Amino acid sequence: MASASALDIHARQVTKSYGAIVVLDRVDLHVQAGEFLTLLGPSGSGKTTLLMVLAGFTRPDSGSILFGSEEVIRLAPQKRDLGMVFQNYALFPHMNVAGNIAFPLRLRKVGAAEIAKRVEAALEMVQLGGYGTRGIHELSGGQRQRVALARALVFEPRIILMDEPLSALDKQLRELMQLELRRLHEKLGTTTIYVTHDQREALTMSDRIAVINKGKLAQLDSPRHIYSKPNSRFVAEFIGESTFLNVAVSGGVCRYRDTVIKADAAPVRDGRCLLMIRPEQVQIVDGAASDNMNCFSGRTVGRVFQGDTLRIDVDLGGGDAITLRVPANSAGLQSVPADRESITLGLSVADTTLLPAED
Amino acid sequence: MSLGDGHAAALRRDRTIERWLMLSLAAPALLLVFVCLIVPVGWLFYLSFFTDGGVATLHNYRNLVEQPSYARIFWTTFKVSALTTAICAVLGYPLAYFMSQLSARAANLCIILVLLPFWTSLLVRTYAWLVLLQRTGLINTWGMQLGLWSEPLALVNNMTGTLIGMVHIMLPFIVLPLYGSMRTIDRTLVQAAANLGASPVQSFVRVFLPLSLPGLTAGALVVFILCLGFYITPEVLGGGRVTMVSSRIATDIDTFLNWGSASALGAVLLLLTLILLWVASRLAKGLSLVGAGH
Repeated sequence: MASASALDIHARQVTKSYGAIVVLDRVDLHVQAGEFLTLLGPSGSGKTTLLMVLAGFTRPDSGSILFGSEEVIRLAPQKRDLGMVFQNYALFPHMNVAGNIAFPLRLRKVGAAEIAKRVEAALEMVQLGGYGTRGIHELSGGQRQRVALARALVFEPRIILMDEPLSALDKQLRELMQLELRRLHEKLGTTTIYVTHDQREALTMSDRIAVINKGKLAQLDSPRHIYSKPNSRFVAEFIGESTFLNVAVSGGVCRYRDTVIKADAAPVRDGRCLLMIRPEQVQIVDGAASDNMNCFSGRTVGRVFQGDTLRIDVDLGGGDAITLRVPANSAGLQSVPADRESITLGLSVADTTLLPAED
Repeated sequence: MSLGDGHAAALRRDRTIERWLMLSLAAPALLLVFVCLIVPVGWLFYLSFFTDGGVATLHNYRNLVEQPSYARIFWTTFKVSALTTAICAVLGYPLAYFMSQLSARAANLCIILVLLPFWTSLLVRTYAWLVLLQRTGLINTWGMQLGLWSEPLALVNNMTGTLIGMVHIMLPFIVLPLYGSMRTIDRTLVQAAANLGASPVQSFVRVFLPLSLPGLTAGALVVFILCLGFYITPEVLGGGRVTMVSSRIATDIDTFLNWGSASALGAVLLLLTLILLWVASRLAKGLSLVGAGH
């Protein structure tokens, strides 16, 4: 999938602080050539700062950044040959659509005929053929987004950076553009770094996701693994819904209130750990529990109809609770006991994920 | 049950009343402008068509055309105004740019400093320049003591002095609109230009400068128009060698009691200014169209 010109990026020990506030704390990140990598994190986590450091707008305090084999940490932004899509698009209001897209080509002294050809091709690529003479203020948000994308792609940069480019669009358009960006990436194969705080967007688009928290890389993995095997409570809570139960570990055996918790990978260290339970991974079991399930008994305390699913809160006593979702079809609705009734939940051993306890 | 016309007539009446109420807010100011500006200017304009004896005549206007001294006065007026505007633009632009890059707090402090001269009277500031610039003034004394020049420089009672004084007084009028328009320029646009490969000079010329043009045009127009009617500073610092239209109007009235001639001068200056403004606005429109095309 990677095109021949795609570059890999090596960030090593990148650190940036503003006064006493450390925004990036010795970040190591390796982006593979041709990869679509998403930086995901809550606002203030440092993900945008990391992108700005890569683009050259923010000067880090220390560290190293390699584009391929070239060290760029001190290189001026205009010499980095990156395409960037800004959050507010940053289209030049005093130029029309074609003028905006031709801007990087003019700076590179491309001939007029070639410019016209490439601008039109770029417009076709983002499905805005014939829009060249429109003014920026005449465009809708989605069209501006596409122009910004065409401008970032037209000079065939080796790397593309995107800073929450879809955050200003409404939900339907956003989902359409997610798929379109994905399709474009598959076609062009340019190394792409995408910043978002929207976990669903990250899961939809990325080859890999880098979860950033408090200026540190919390986890870097494929969307699937990030979701099913988070390495910390932070990642588990940030991506998807989950409830947690405290589990005691001794001699490699985990117990929740004297019941042994079976898991594929049990923690080695004695002490405490957290059992992560995703609402769609638990199911209601009646009768005897099978061997490949961990079971929990409690009482239903709340049932909320949410359209496609029914959300049920189960109280296990002692302040512990599990949330589960059942599909809102007739079979699913029938299987749910009435409020305050006792209920038994099963979590298959394959889905049982234990996380390190937080101190 | 029928709603009839759905209160349409009553709602229409309410709207009309509201409109008159809104208009009444502007009425005192409109009245003031009418009484203090439209009426006297109209009266002067009317006077310009009569001789001292009250006989209708075009003599005052014929005089303006036939006497070469008048053409020279108009030429001086426009030259001084244009030069002042140009120097103000060259000095004011970098200052406004500097201020626009500061934090809001530091920028506000700078604005106070820029406005500081307004706290003292224009006459005081002009005489202060006379003290500084004259042959035995501070600048000449120090310059010669330091050996920078040996003869006193002619810094005042001429065009140089007039321009120095006028630029000093006009500078805030161009800095403020420039600063205002620069402050609204999105900084990510300059970042985007750099990202697309523009050097700092290229991104300034192609992105920042065109976007700051509205502020530059507005500021330059204000300065130019204020300069056209400037009286005190050219009188004091020009030493009689820089005769602008306003000085001549004053002489016509003070010395010759020739209201007709003074009114004609005023009317022609107003007309020329309006023509110039019209041309400038056409040019600006053309410029912005060219800018939009590329």
